[in-house]
Amino acid sequence: MTVRLFVPRDAAALSVGAHGVALAFEAEIRGRGLDATLVRNGSRGLFWLEPLVEVETPSGRVGYGPVGPGDVPGLVDAGLLTGGAHRLSLGPVEAIPYLANQQRLTFQRCGVIDPLSLDDYAAHGGLDGLRRALALGGAAIVDAVAESGLRGRGGAAFPTGIKWRAVLEAEADIKYIVCNADEGDSGTFADRMLMEGDPFLLIEGMAIAGLAVGAEKGVVYVRSEYPHAFRRLGQAIDIARRRGLLGFDLLGSGRRFEMEARLGAGAYICGEETALLESLEGKRGQVRFKPPLPAHHGLFGRPTVINNVISLASVPFILAEGAAAYRDLGHGRSRGTTPIQLAGNVRRGGLIERAFGLTLGEIVEDYGGGTLTGRPVRAVQVGGPLGAYWPTSLFHVPFDYEAFLERGGMVGHGGVVVFDDSVDLAAQARFAFAFCAHESCGKCTPCRIGSIRGAETLDKIIAGEAPEANGDLVRDLCEVMRDGSLCALGGLTPLPVLSAFDHFPEDFERRPRSAAP
Amino acid sequence: MSGARQSSRLAEWDAGATTRIVEDLRHLDGPLLAILHALQDRHGYIDDQALPIIADLLNLSRAEVHGVVSFYHDFRRRPPGRHVIKLCRSEACQSVGGERVARRLEASLAIAAGETTPDGRVTLESVYCLGNCALGPAALVDGKLYGRVDEKLLRHLVSPEVAA
Repeated sequence: MTVRLFVPRDAAALSVGAHGVALAFEAEIRGRGLDATLVRNGSRGLFWLEPLVEVETPSGRVGYGPVGPGDVPGLVDAGLLTGGAHRLSLGPVEAIPYLANQQRLTFQRCGVIDPLSLDDYAAHGGLDGLRRALALGGAAIVDAVAESGLRGRGGAAFPTGIKWRAVLEAEADIKYIVCNADEGDSGTFADRMLMEGDPFLLIEGMAIAGLAVGAEKGVVYVRSEYPHAFRRLGQAIDIARRRGLLGFDLLGSGRRFEMEARLGAGAYICGEETALLESLEGKRGQVRFKPPLPAHHGLFGRPTVINNVISLASVPFILAEGAAAYRDLGHGRSRGTTPIQLAGNVRRGGLIERAFGLTLGEIVEDYGGGTLTGRPVRAVQVGGPLGAYWPTSLFHVPFDYEAFLERGGMVGHGGVVVFDDSVDLAAQARFAFAFCAHESCGKCTPCRIGSIRGAETLDKIIAGEAPEANGDLVRDLCEVMRDGSLCALGGLTPLPVLSAFDHFPEDFERRPRSAAP
Repeated sequence: MSGARQSSRLAEWDAGATTRIVEDLRHLDGPLLAILHALQDRHGYIDDQALPIIADLLNLSRAEVHGVVSFYHDFRRRPPGRHVIKLCRSEACQSVGGERVARRLEASLAIAAGETTPDGRVTLESVYCLGNCALGPAALVDGKLYGRVDEKLLRHLVSPEVAA
């Protein structure tokens, strides 16, 4: 029987040489006349092992990694096609502790299947949710999503069911489903991995959303920094259309849903939902006033569901397995699983899908294995560039929306960026302001001007100029930005700044003027 | 896609091609970003002369088109070098020495981020996250993603030997 060999085509795997590995295997298969076929899967999200090559054996998938093109002939000699031992052997992939200690619901197929094989998708439980949704009807789908406790995974954590109900109840000739795939937060890659590794899941989730609220048109807004994901999603949409998963007759039901992918243009602000809608309309990505909410007045003024990739991709499981199966997982008011993305200066960076409730320490130490450089962990930033910097003394805090809010931080989109003891938190606080200035849409003054003044004031503190008085000034400015900004960019930039001041005061105090860098 | 094709293979700007691109894409809902991407894919940048043509065909003011082109970081107003390095400057890459890579690259190319070398070989641009945050520092070089980059690797990727 032909052996299936898996070499990821995920962008992160490609970034460390997966393409060369695939070419080397193709040459071996041809040259030696091996009875094997190459599948280009997504990534499992165990990035320190990429390129991670897998072989399907009678006893399950066996892994090798990280594999370089030069390792390939030796791997074949060692009997890789039958799972033979080699110094790069990882054993059964699903027994690798990092993966074994996860609860993969949304990412259950990512890295497992051929992302562009609808048959592979269906054979691994795909389309069960859509079939169930077709049997239920709109209001019952919305009920199931509401009962599941799912909250927006993009960062705002707003209950998805409430959003959907508002659009269901809105009267309009046209309604839209918009997927926010403008995953701009540093330290996050869950949306990218999912679009590259299991794009039919997002398509299925969007189609279910369409059935739920009575929308027949969906648009995915993919950031331009993700060229691989944009291409893969486009290919998947074409296949879905040809195979009747999209179009005039969803899976033969007579229901209609059509969708397309659009490319962003390098503006972080377009991850904000109203700026994203403006951008999709072909305009500057400027934030809109709310109300009216997008649920009532969204894309082209029509009622619009706008959700993050992971929110939409969580829905097929909820429909297929029932709301309770999802809601029964989690911690406090944070229900279900969430993909934690462990990144930065960390030994074992990757994607960890687990029920809410892991502590920061478990994430960084147990999964991550400490820093890549081997130096002590000093800070982690959770939730992207608008998230707080956490000291190790708060490593007992559970990953939970409310628990993080209570301590002046946020879970956001689930990115955890690790820094070792060489980090300078004053420089990081300055960067938070500078990033806000670079990305501000300019509509409101606290964000547009405040971010620039903030960076300037941090420069003074870093130069040792009246650090106390200037520190007070920064705190005042943060209050104005938090309370006076239109959206989360200006409103949350104070989180990284103030957390740096509060948890790492020594980085702001220690500089006499002469020691300025 | 921006950066997917490089200027050695890029077409010179011409009015006829701009008109064709706009006419091909104007049926889309909210077509302007898609049109600008198509223009930049073809020419590597958005020529100033394209703006009035787009405005005219989409029934927008020139100011509106200018406002959109100038809002988005992706859209270039000048032709790029033969190679484009988009180096990530975000926190995850900072945590593994990304800023050091940026400083060294700026020094060795003798340009600042956002500039093109005088010989037209390399454009260096800053981007804020490529979604490769567990394998940083990350860069997109001529549309290809690289992880764990250093200054040496990036210079190698845009060196004349490799360029050929």
